[in-house]
Amino acid sequence: MSDIRPDGTTDILSAPVDAETMNRLHRRLVHQAEQERLLDVAYTVVDSPLGRLLLAATPRGLVRVAYASEEHDQVLDTLAQKLSPRILRAPQRLDVVARELEEYFAKHRQVFDVPLDLSLSHGFRQLVQQHLPEIGYGQTRSYRQVAELVGNPNAVRAVGTACATNPLPVVIPCHRVLRADGSLGGYIGGAAAKATLLNLEAA
Amino acid sequence: MGMKPPFEKVVADHGGTVLRVCRVLLGSHDADDAWSETFVSALRAYPELPETANVEAWLVTIAHRKAIDVLRAATRGPLPTEQLSEAPTGLGVPGAGDPDLWQFVRRLPDRQRQAVAYHYVAGLPYAEIAEIIGGTVDAARRAAADGIKNLRNNYPGANPRGDHHE
Repeated sequence: MSDIRPDGTTDILSAPVDAETMNRLHRRLVHQAEQERLLDVAYTVVDSPLGRLLLAATPRGLVRVAYASEEHDQVLDTLAQKLSPRILRAPQRLDVVARELEEYFAKHRQVFDVPLDLSLSHGFRQLVQQHLPEIGYGQTRSYRQVAELVGNPNAVRAVGTACATNPLPVVIPCHRVLRADGSLGGYIGGAAAKATLLNLEAA
Repeated sequence: MGMKPPFEKVVADHGGTVLRVCRVLLGSHDADDAWSETFVSALRAYPELPETANVEAWLVTIAHRKAIDVLRAATRGPLPTEQLSEAPTGLGVPGAGDPDLWQFVRRLPDRQRQAVAYHYVAGLPYAEIAEIIGGTVDAARRAAADGIKNLRNNYPGANPRGDHHE
């Protein structure tokens, strides 16, 4: 009678918590975290014609858009290290950008007007990324033209790097930057995704 | 800053265990409040948590303090409740609504109830439990053993699901 092996008693004490209860507590945690300004990074994952997109935002604005090929768990780990580990799945903060992306993919929207937080990039890269939205919907520029646009015509290669490290693909339109000969050049979501976006905008 | 995972992963990995601990400490309804306060506190302190820390023991330590706060507040007077306690769904919570066992749990001396929660539900080693509830490691082991023996003597544990109604 004195053994302490688990039995019916401890089974009941350790009974699993049902998913609905955990969801309700999670929503309450997100709400309290927002109210007490503890939610440094909110994220969600949405479906798109280019696969599942991770969307992440700080209180200042949209900070990251990531393709599935970038491995969303790794992207979140990186955000935890570079920004803050106070990260929760909190779709509400991403509602507006998620809706704008849906409209964009449905060809009902040409410009994104959500606040952006470019704190993941610095210096020249950030400067380039700030200017990329000046390339209008359905247009393209060469890397050299973008270098000229930001006032540094010799920095063609650095413009390429700035595009390749764009933390906000789709929303910041690095897909509109091509090689001088018109070939696609690289893209963080892969060449097929870049072609899809260009075709969407051209149609 | 090194490889600290996003807090979402902490909730996913340990949220269920911490809620079960809170239920043993406080019963079902107050457990939700203690869980919420535990995770808000944990989220606030998370950036300062050493990477080598045992996250579950850290969370249980916070839950332990929050549960004491809830019990203290309860002895000062009835707590205002937003609404009637949520009806237990019974879905995936076998026996969670079993009134007999929970009444016995509630009647355990505090240290026994805590030791049972931290050892049998959270799976913490007695050294960690002694840190949380104070006293020696042996005393923590004895409290857990006495607690589980008390429950077993008073509750037909071999029959986990009776025909009880709410």
